[in-house]
Amino acid sequence: MTPAIRAVGLGKRYELGRTVSRDRTLRESIVESAGELVRSIRRGGAPAEDREHWALRDASFEIAEGEAVGLIGANGAGKSTLLKLLSRVTSPTVGRAEIHGRVGSLLEVGTGFHPDLTGRENVYLNGAILGMRGSEIARKFDEIVAFAEVERFLDTPVKRYSSGMYLRLAFAVAAHLEPEVLLVDEVLAVGDAAFQKKCLGKMGDVASSGRTVIFVSHNMDAVLRLCGRAILLERGRVSEMGGSGEVVASYLARGGTTARPNHWIDLADAPRSGSGEARFARIRYFVPDDEASVPRPDGPITFDLQIDANAALSVASLAISVRSQTGVLLVNADVVEKGQLIALARGPNRVRFALEALHLNPGIYGVSLWLSHAVGQAIDHVAAFELDVLDLSSRGLGITPKSIVPCRFSVTALRNGAGEFDGEG
Amino acid sequence: MSDTHVRWTIIEPAKRWPALGLGELWAQRELVYFLTWRDVKVRYKQTLLGVAWAIIQPLATMLVFSLFFGRLARVPSEGVPYPLFALTALVPWTFFANGLTQSANSVVLNQNLVTKVYFPRLAIPLATVLAGAVDFVLAFVLLLVFLVAYGVAPSASWLGVVPFSLLAIAATLGVGLWLAALNVRYRDVRYAVPFLTQLWLFATPIAYPSSLLSGPARTVYALNPMVAVADGFRWALLGTPAPSAATVAASCAAALTLLASGAYFFRRTEQSFADLV
Repeated sequence: MTPAIRAVGLGKRYELGRTVSRDRTLRESIVESAGELVRSIRRGGAPAEDREHWALRDASFEIAEGEAVGLIGANGAGKSTLLKLLSRVTSPTVGRAEIHGRVGSLLEVGTGFHPDLTGRENVYLNGAILGMRGSEIARKFDEIVAFAEVERFLDTPVKRYSSGMYLRLAFAVAAHLEPEVLLVDEVLAVGDAAFQKKCLGKMGDVASSGRTVIFVSHNMDAVLRLCGRAILLERGRVSEMGGSGEVVASYLARGGTTARPNHWIDLADAPRSGSGEARFARIRYFVPDDEASVPRPDGPITFDLQIDANAALSVASLAISVRSQTGVLLVNADVVEKGQLIALARGPNRVRFALEALHLNPGIYGVSLWLSHAVGQAIDHVAAFELDVLDLSSRGLGITPKSIVPCRFSVTALRNGAGEFDGEG
Repeated sequence: MSDTHVRWTIIEPAKRWPALGLGELWAQRELVYFLTWRDVKVRYKQTLLGVAWAIIQPLATMLVFSLFFGRLARVPSEGVPYPLFALTALVPWTFFANGLTQSANSVVLNQNLVTKVYFPRLAIPLATVLAGAVDFVLAFVLLLVFLVAYGVAPSASWLGVVPFSLLAIAATLGVGLWLAALNVRYRDVRYAVPFLTQLWLFATPIAYPSSLLSGPARTVYALNPMVAVADGFRWALLGTPAPSAATVAASCAAALTLLASGAYFFRRTEQSFADLV
């Protein structure tokens, strides 16, 4: 099969200092050039390596037609640069890429929306900017408006829209672009859950209709659901390419944006409060049967703690708690429930917490630690690290659960006598 | 649908000598139309006087010029009432001066587009100048009203304004392209443009007739393309002496040189717009 995208040795170099100052004047430029000349003479004419930065280097890959590929990596790894090169917003310093077919890029929702223009006007303007013809926009207009659910506000300037309406309309235009190759950057990180669900669904339609999709995201769950393959970028280089399950797992195992499994996390600099008679020094977590992997929604997890005590003491409460990103306390494993005192010796102490099952849906959670006497103030209370819960087994186009707690369920249509559940008529 | 044929998009390092890409610009003419339409729609939104601003500018300048140059300084006006004499040249001049200012800022103002989506960048200054042409047409209507009020009879020679308007558009776009591209890298341009248009105004026969100059100096003077535009408008509408062949040739050559070099300079620098803006 012909590849839809073939990149060979793509690289992008930025000259530091040149892009940083947005408002650059001629005078600054002359001063800088003169300074550069002096430095260059001192170095004996060698180019200033330290003033260059390769945002992307030696990127070579092929993406087959109809494939959905996730582009993952830490901030600054070169994901956005690669997307900008492929969408031709900027040109590479070296290398070459060929793309088969019309390219539609969605680097930002609402590019080119003008606040003073009405919803209707913006649909046409934005469509034209994204590369649609007027006739094409006219044909899809009703569909776009229906998708965005803004029928009543079509003739209102978009500056009067709520941010949700604005985003829905902007995404709706872009979603109806129908290019052969669609490049998407993190647009799903915006909007409410229902909107995200709609976006993911629409992107799933695009991917399953045989178009090629490149999807940049920090949301590993979305990448897993949407993409069969993934490319991992690290410091501007392609470090791994393959099935999204393996690549995502290895990205998370290397740290990702959260803490990596089976690896001691130093808590010296973690935000904390308490009297400080004893302090949490470090923590690690792992999945008992598979130490390198990330915890699964229903799976077990074990935490090892090291507590440094100034003097021997016994404590009544030692707890690990897991909070949602909005701060709701979801899990609190506290030894106080077991009614046993924990005796800490002077110096480092090791404690192991084994949780049989997490019961948390995929997502990112905050883990914190608590240590105190039976009554009173905390001895130490630490916001330790962020934990990624991931479902590597489920694949295919679905939706991130809106809920936090997983629930196994089945649905049956009931006939006759089922009261309000009147099945098929 | 015309988009069903599949084509290849090639991504390569910036070329030292890029093609002008006029074919691509033509293919995206609808985008130029929509950007022009946006600029027109948005320009006078939330203003009290709205589209009246398009005629207030040349009108107010005409009044000031009539008072200071016409009444007080008694600048000659080739036998035409001074207000009419000034306004005839001020209408294309206002288009030119506003076009320079607006196209100089056009790429910077549209940086949210430039950094997020690909399309032929030439569309931006082109749409800006075309949007200015709408104001130009409105101001021209004002001029027609004045012509009638001063009892000038319509004649076939009025059609002569068409080629001179095209010359004005070419000159505006030519200078505008240079300034737009330079402004991305050097924001000095933003401060220099008002000064530039002021100087340019005095180097153009707006407040005075070009007949004040004579001999070879006049041909050199005509390297300013707006010289032929101002003289041409007065000739077509007021019946003053026609600009000489040398004047027209010099102005046209200068305008086309500015346009071609401006387009080329713009294309050459546009590949780094997204990184610099």
